[in-house]
This record gives sequence, structure tokens and C-alpha cells, in this order.
Amino acid sequence: MAEVRFQSVRKTFGKVTAVDDVDLDVADGEFVVLLGPSGCGKTTLLRCLAGLETVDSGRIHIGNRDATDLPPRRRRISMVFQSYAVFPHLRVRDNIAFGLKMQKEPSRVIKERVESVAALLGITDLLDRYPSQISGGQRQRVAVARAIAVRSDVLLMDEPLSNLDALLRLQMRAELKALLLELGATTIYVTHDQTEALSMGDRIAVMQGGRIVQLDTPLEVYDHPTEKFVGDFVGTPPMNFLAARVEQNGGGQVAQLSGGTLPLQGVGDLVGRDLFLGIRAEAIAVEAEPSDHAIRAAVVVNEPLGSHNLITVRAGTDLLKVSAGNHFFPEPGSDVWLRLVPDKIRWIDRDSGKAVAVTRDQAVAPA
Amino acid sequence: MSIRRRKQLSRVMLYTLAVILALWTLFPIYLITLGAFSTENAIYSYPLQLWPHHVTASTLSFFVNSAGVIPSLERSVWVLLITLALSLGVGLPAGYALARFKFPGANLLRLGVVGTRAFPIVILAIPLAATFIRWGIDDSVLGVAIAHTALALPFAILTTSSIFAGISVELEEAAMTLGCSRASAFARVILPLALPGLAASAIFVVVLSWNEVFAASTLTVLHRTLPAQVVAVLDQALLPYRFAGGFFLLAPPLVMIFVIRRFLFGMWGQVVK
Repeated sequence: MAEVRFQSVRKTFGKVTAVDDVDLDVADGEFVVLLGPSGCGKTTLLRCLAGLETVDSGRIHIGNRDATDLPPRRRRISMVFQSYAVFPHLRVRDNIAFGLKMQKEPSRVIKERVESVAALLGITDLLDRYPSQISGGQRQRVAVARAIAVRSDVLLMDEPLSNLDALLRLQMRAELKALLLELGATTIYVTHDQTEALSMGDRIAVMQGGRIVQLDTPLEVYDHPTEKFVGDFVGTPPMNFLAARVEQNGGGQVAQLSGGTLPLQGVGDLVGRDLFLGIRAEAIAVEAEPSDHAIRAAVVVNEPLGSHNLITVRAGTDLLKVSAGNHFFPEPGSDVWLRLVPDKIRWIDRDSGKAVAVTRDQAVAPA
Repeated sequence: MSIRRRKQLSRVMLYTLAVILALWTLFPIYLITLGAFSTENAIYSYPLQLWPHHVTASTLSFFVNSAGVIPSLERSVWVLLITLALSLGVGLPAGYALARFKFPGANLLRLGVVGTRAFPIVILAIPLAATFIRWGIDDSVLGVAIAHTALALPFAILTTSSIFAGISVELEEAAMTLGCSRASAFARVILPLALPGLAASAIFVVVLSWNEVFAASTLTVLHRTLPAQVVAVLDQALLPYRFAGGFFLLAPPLVMIFVIRRFLFGMWGQVVK
């Protein structure tokens, strides 16, 4: 196992900058997820680490070695591809043994290792089959088995679950996480599925336009996005963003929203700025009756999701998604009252789209 | 007319058409084979007997023992082997490069490769003969092989390139992350997967070279290949000689196609993906 370090890594394809000056340190045994929409450079970054792309500038270290100019086979990495890339002309057994054979391990070791890895992934019965004789989910297991059999320093995964159907993906996600935890492998995992990122990673690197815009623990990325983009991209539903303007009001401040006002305290440095008020659906209490400081909103649509109801409401000119109990069924067009939990509010500068630092204990408003 | 009847009718028509097409191809082949294995008397008999009464190798042995047949047969084999080696030796790497790498002029190259076939061999043969005389390879096995390579190479390049393009790059990359260099990834993963397709383009090259008569006739005088030899003496030849010659030209490609085709389908069983 080893740590990984990207230093100012840059990669362009013609005029397109796929990876733009990325720095990233991954600790030994850590599970880092590269998350972003398609075309954000996450796969290119992974391929640079694998040696399948050469970087334009910058250095890549794996362990204590500078791997920037090494071919893939000398980097001590292994990779699970999106298409699995299981060799069709080799039996499952020989697929898993492929890397070990290339390392010229004695055949006794290869046999043992193949069997133990196959047992770990529950594919012992399939060892003598050809890939064309097994299902997609099983092929995915073969690809993982092949990658972990070589005991590489770093395990790379490029959207390994994206070709599975929803149910299998859910099952494999948990299984894969448990497996990687057990192996203690340094893992870099690329996905565009934010649920996968939140549920699996030790840390998430959210990427956009070839840059890492936020590198944090899943909870931090979810609760405290550093940019509007991150709040929009991470979480189902995305974070709500309301155009807001903070004004001084006696000893405290008040946020002017299009649908009403919200009294605040300790956000004096925000006064006079054009902002977005960012808040998660579950940090908004929905009530049928008006109360102090609650904002009136009209119900647009109610989507019962079993565990809770997802209600789309209009407050002033803003559309919000809020979550309510699964027995709350307001009529579309009727009014509800929203109470925003003040310490769950994230302030975003409207021009730059970046989060505005407000020390959290100051942001707490009166109950 | 009911839909069912209409379906039946179109089915009948389809099969009738298939039978006609099959007969169109198979009947001449049958006649040649029949002639090649019949006695001289049977060949000349009228009306023609469509069922062999005396299967004999005498016509074939008469042909094989005719002057110039054995040496021309040997030359044909040599031409074929050299053509195959040159076509695949150049065509395979070229096809791989076209499939895998983006390089300036790739499209131009692709166009140029097809463009070489824009000029029929009839037009090229005379200048080619003049050039070969200058090079001192006129009337030789090598000369004919080079001409055949020129005919077969465009096909070899384009088919191998589409075969390689059909094999996922990720397979090659997976091999490279598992300890292969590009060369060993090619040898261990890509080549085995490409083999059925490559065999198919090899068949084409073999059939083309074995049966090619125009370039072979123009470029050789004394050292003819089998088709050139047969054509050269066709006017004076007796009927048994013609049938036997035809059979010799016909049989090897047919055997090639049937044997290798079976082998191809049996190999990986499934489409590579």
C-alpha cells in the first residue's frame, strides 16, 4: 500500500483542458472518490495516475517513487474499468491470474491467490467459465478480483458500478466498500453518482472543469459546500438556493428573501451583499399553520417517497424542495409555512458562486 | 388473400430465389468437378451425363503430368506464400496503427489505400511490367507476388484496421495495467481476439493470389503461375485438361473457405465485446 500525490498535474487534449493544475494528496489506505459531472476531468486524472495518459506538466508520486514517466506496468497500480475489460478469450480463472502470471509468480502461489480472491468475491463456481458465459454483475466481480489479486499499491476504479442495474448496484456498493475496508487498500474511485461518493469515500474530491473545487469528508461536502456548484451537484434533492440580501436591523440582521424576511444574528459582515441562501431540504421544517418568522410558500407538487414526502413549493419567486413527514399531504396550490434552521444555512456570494465564510457560532439565530 | 397465405407465398419466393442463386454458383462448380473426375470418353459423350459412372483420377493425372503444370503449381504456391507474408506483414501493423492511433494524415492514408484500387490492374500491368524489367524481377515469382500484394494490401489494411477497431481499447489498457507492455498486451490479448478476423482476411489474400490471372499472365513469360499457365494454353488445350485445370484452381480456395470458416466460428464461440 502507498500514498499518492498529484502535484500541479495538467493534461490537455488539443484545446480542451481536461485536468487543470490539480494538487491532491491521498493518504496510505485512504479511499478517495473523484466526483463530478461528465467531462469534469475525473477519469482523465485517474488515467494519468494509471499511466494510460501522459501528463502535460506536473508530477505524480506513488509511494516514495516519482511515477510520472513510468509505464503503467511499473506503477504498481491495478484498475477496474467501467466496461470491466474482462478478457473474453480467457477463462475467469486465467483472467484473475493474468497479472500474477505477468509478475511470474510461482504457479502454486497463483492458484492459491486466485482461489482466495475468488472466494472473497463469491465467484468460485465460475472459475472455469468464459466471460461470455456469465452475467454482467459476475463479470464486474471478475474485474474486481483480477485487480485485487495482484496486491498493487493503489487500486483505481473507473465508475465500476455504473453498468449494473439499480438493485445490483446498491448491493455491490456495500459489498465493495466492506471489501476495500478489509483490504485496507489505497483506493481512488471515479464516479458521477453522488450517492455512491457520499456512501463510500473517506474523502470526496468534487471536480468541475478540470479542477478540484472541494476536497472534504462526505458529510462536510454535503453540509458545507464551498461553491454553489457543489451544493447543486451533491445530494438528492440538490441544495435549495434562494436569492437573499442581508440588512441591518437593530442589534441583529435580517435576510430579505423574495418570499419574506428571516431574522438573523451575528452575520453583520454579510450586510449589503448579494447572496444566495443555501439550505438543504431536510433543514426546512414545513408547517400547515403560520408562526413567527415562518415564510409562507405555495405548494406546487407533493411527491411521496415512502420514507418521507418531497414537496416542491414556491416562496416568492423561488422554487424550493423541502421534505416533510410521509403523512403530510397539503393540497397543491395551498399555503404552507417554512421554518429554516438558521445554523444549517450556507451563504454563497451571488457573483462568484463561492461560499462566504461565516463563523458558525455567530450564525446562530434566536430560537 | 389472407396475411398467412401472403407470408407463405413470400417464403416460397424467398426459397426459390435462394435455390436459383445456389444453382447459379454450384452448377458450374459441379460440372467442372464432374469433368475432372470423369474419363475422357465421358467428357466427350453426348448427351452429357450428369452423374459420374466411372470416377477416375486419370484426367487429373493427365493434367498434372502435362508439361509445365507441376512447376507452375509450385510457383503459384510460392507467389501465394510471399503475397500472404507481405500483405499481412505490412497490412497488420498498418491496420493496427489506423485503428489505435490518431496521427496527422490518417484519413489521407485511408483514402490513399482505397485510391490504389481505383486503377484496374489492366491499366497498371504494362507499366508494372516495364518497371519490373528495369528492376530485373520480370518473369519471376517475386514480381508476381509484389503485384498480388499491391492488389491484396488495401483490403488487408482496411479489414485488419476494422478488426482492431472492434476490439475495445480498454482490454489493451487493462493488460497494460496488469503488467504488459504495449507489445505483450498486443500478443496476449489483442492478437488472440483478432485471430478469427485476421484469418478471414488471410483467406481473401490466398484466394486472390491463387486465382489472379491477368497480372500473372502479363508479368510472366516462361515462369508462369498455374492460372497463367492454364490460360496460356487454353486455346490448344483438350477438354479434359481444361476441366482438370479448372478444378485445380477451384478446389484449394473452396477447401480453405470451408475449413477455416468452421474453425473461425468454433474458436471463441461469441462475438468479442
